[in-house]
Amino acid sequence: MAFLFAQFLTGLANASSLFLVASGLSLIFGVTRIVNFAHGSFYMLGAFIGVTLMEILPGHFGFWGSILLTGLAVGVIGAFVEIVVLRPIYRAPELFQLVATFGVILVIQDLALMIWGAEDRLGPRAPGLRGVWRIFGEPVPKYDIVLIAITPFILFALWYLITKTRVGVLVRAATQDREMVGALGVNQAWLFTGVFALGSALAGWGGALQLPKGGADLLMDFNIIGAVFVVVVIGGMGSLPGAFIAAVLISVLNVLGVTYIPQSTLVLMFVVMAIVLIIRPYGLLGREEVAGEHGQVGAPETPIRPYGPTGQAVIAALLLVLAALPLVVDQFVLILMIDMVVFALFAASLHFILGTGGLVSFGHAAFFGGGAYAAALLVFHTGTPMELAFLFAPLAAGLLALGIGWFCIRLTGVYFAMLTLAFSQLVWSLAYQWRAVTRGDDGLVNIWPSDWLSETIPYYYFTLILGIGGILFLRHVIHAPFGYALRAGRDSPRQAEAMGINVKRVQYAAFALAGVMAGLAGGIFVFSKGSVFPTELEIAASFDALIVVFLGGVKTLAGGVVGAGFMTMVEDWLTRLEYWRLLLGLVIIAVVIIAPEGIVGSIRTAWNKYRGTEEEIAK
Amino acid sequence: MLNVEGIHSYYGKAHILNGLSFEVRRGEVVALLGRNGAGKSTTMKSVMQLVRPRTGRVMFQDDDLVGQPAYRVAKSGIGYVPEDRRIFTDLTVMENLEVGRQPKRKDAPDWTIEQLFEIFPNLAERRGNRGKQMSGGEQQMLTIARTLMGNPALLLLDEPSEGIAPVIVEQMAETILKLKAEGLTVMISEQNLHFARSVADRAIIIEGGEKKFDGSFAELEAHPEIRDAYLSV
Repeated sequence: MAFLFAQFLTGLANASSLFLVASGLSLIFGVTRIVNFAHGSFYMLGAFIGVTLMEILPGHFGFWGSILLTGLAVGVIGAFVEIVVLRPIYRAPELFQLVATFGVILVIQDLALMIWGAEDRLGPRAPGLRGVWRIFGEPVPKYDIVLIAITPFILFALWYLITKTRVGVLVRAATQDREMVGALGVNQAWLFTGVFALGSALAGWGGALQLPKGGADLLMDFNIIGAVFVVVVIGGMGSLPGAFIAAVLISVLNVLGVTYIPQSTLVLMFVVMAIVLIIRPYGLLGREEVAGEHGQVGAPETPIRPYGPTGQAVIAALLLVLAALPLVVDQFVLILMIDMVVFALFAASLHFILGTGGLVSFGHAAFFGGGAYAAALLVFHTGTPMELAFLFAPLAAGLLALGIGWFCIRLTGVYFAMLTLAFSQLVWSLAYQWRAVTRGDDGLVNIWPSDWLSETIPYYYFTLILGIGGILFLRHVIHAPFGYALRAGRDSPRQAEAMGINVKRVQYAAFALAGVMAGLAGGIFVFSKGSVFPTELEIAASFDALIVVFLGGVKTLAGGVVGAGFMTMVEDWLTRLEYWRLLLGLVIIAVVIIAPEGIVGSIRTAWNKYRGTEEEIAK
Repeated sequence: MLNVEGIHSYYGKAHILNGLSFEVRRGEVVALLGRNGAGKSTTMKSVMQLVRPRTGRVMFQDDDLVGQPAYRVAKSGIGYVPEDRRIFTDLTVMENLEVGRQPKRKDAPDWTIEQLFEIFPNLAERRGNRGKQMSGGEQQMLTIARTLMGNPALLLLDEPSEGIAPVIVEQMAETILKLKAEGLTVMISEQNLHFARSVADRAIIIEGGEKKFDGSFAELEAHPEIRDAYLSV
């Protein structure tokens, strides 16, 4: 019993920094509607800045002063990011900003590498709090007790700020209707910057406070973001007490999990989240998100039309070029082309559910990697012939999508996005921790195609037929009645329901189809590489696809495919450089700011403008 | 005080205001009349810069508002009460009023919460209630009170009589006259001609985003064909 209690205290102590980071994310989302993926990066910056300051400043004052200063410094960095990167694009389509925050992640990763180097830093012990106190005979680190004591004060301070001050009233008002707040004379731009700075500072404090229990390393940003999203979703988006309860819940479970079922630590929190969301779809203390309640209905979608004769001719010509490619180029280019087609199909499947279905999935890699793993597992464990195992990739991914979709489809907007992300993390943690089956991060190797496909050129045609075929099939579905129903559900769910469309069922089917296609891409991928690793299931893999779709243009059909081509080439070129992440991040941010409609969308707008001016002159 | 000069406003590709011009003079109450879809709300939003006119000028006290952010328009002394009220439903009455609070202005009446509670006694009783717990009429009063907290010199009221009980509409008319007596300039948009006549000094009728009539209610009554053409359903 005493041991359990000590465990509980450890969990509570761990919860404090998790709560800080999560409350910052929740606050930023509530006001700006930005899902700030870079939040984990601010946490990492907090850890590195904290370590550096603690080395300079000695003693009690130095330690606690360093923590205080770290938060302020990260807050300033956050304000800088908001002003430079986000402010120019608030008017861009909703959720476009998240691509920019992903660019910020890459930039911060490389900047941290440049400044602090690749080596992990161990956090210093808090002066005067090095030992343990015995509680019911069990040792509990003194620093843990201090953290447990501090956290309620932080919660209270935040609660006071939000509920009792003018700033808090404005923040809550802006959460509901920011345009109206502006029309009442409040400069939202500074409100946004302030909230973003505060949220970043909270993440920075979280990073600095955990130092004596951990340290600083370059993987912290992605390592925490999954847990933070889970906490925010379980607690309810925008609810501070909810974030606190959820942080405690997750941290305590984690400590107990490490003790009793060490193989399941990563999976545990996602299972808890799934259970909570089945009972309370908007989290413990969250409230329902109503679409369009924030007074920011954008311009109506331009209807998508099938290509006319010119467009079809261009596509046909392009296909001929692709088919003739092996005659002119070497093997290296063909392999790059295979990567590109695989990525294009993966991106097209995400675009299908995101652009046409209006469902922003943050965890699409689960189906790509899931398909790849399904085929690889069959080959690896049972020696199934490639042809059969390959068929299993889209099938398994489709089944996985049916399973995940069953939970996710009932939610909308950011809850949907968060839940898909969490489920993809669940799949990732299975692949990572269930070593007996998946061999963990050693991956599954020697997954080669049958003899008739083992050369590059046959496999290139195999890829071309299935990959391009998949993309064309998705396009066909979009222009079929099913696609109309899907688009109707996206643009006006109520009217669609009134017309007799079962919106949720249509979305469920579309989600499954997107899963099948992503799985197909995963199947082609695994046999082209001969191996698969958990990295294919990581958050970063899902984000890559998201970036590609947004860069290409969400509202254009070719967006996903063009974006994938652009990205594969840019990455192929950039990764030869040492600080390629920094450059790629800057490229992403630049594209987002300069071409907020994506590559295809911007070209089309420019073209229409050009033709439009001609017409006006003709008049 | 307010001079709108030839504004063209669009929603996406839809051309809503077509070279609209009009004037509001200090101290008067002007009614903007027209059918559904005539462009009344867009006119109000174009003054507030919630919709940006593509061409034309919106001169307010010798300052062109076009292109300025909405918060600056509000700070320069224009209070806006939207048609769909848009109160903050999760905030209490007192908090809603707090959002609207701005420093006082030389050229406009200065409001305190106590004065507003005198004009809107219902709000005083419900000061601790959240916006979503209030009736339509109470919400309408709250949104006017919230805007008055900004001490505006010119008040834009978009369809204040819409969707509230007839008894409350009468109260609303009295309130508008009271505001006028305090020295406020008011522009209301209305479909209810009877209500407009009871509060306004002058009528502006628009149709298809163009001005069709500008004059007193006596003139309007002398020309029933105008009313028939642009107001009756």
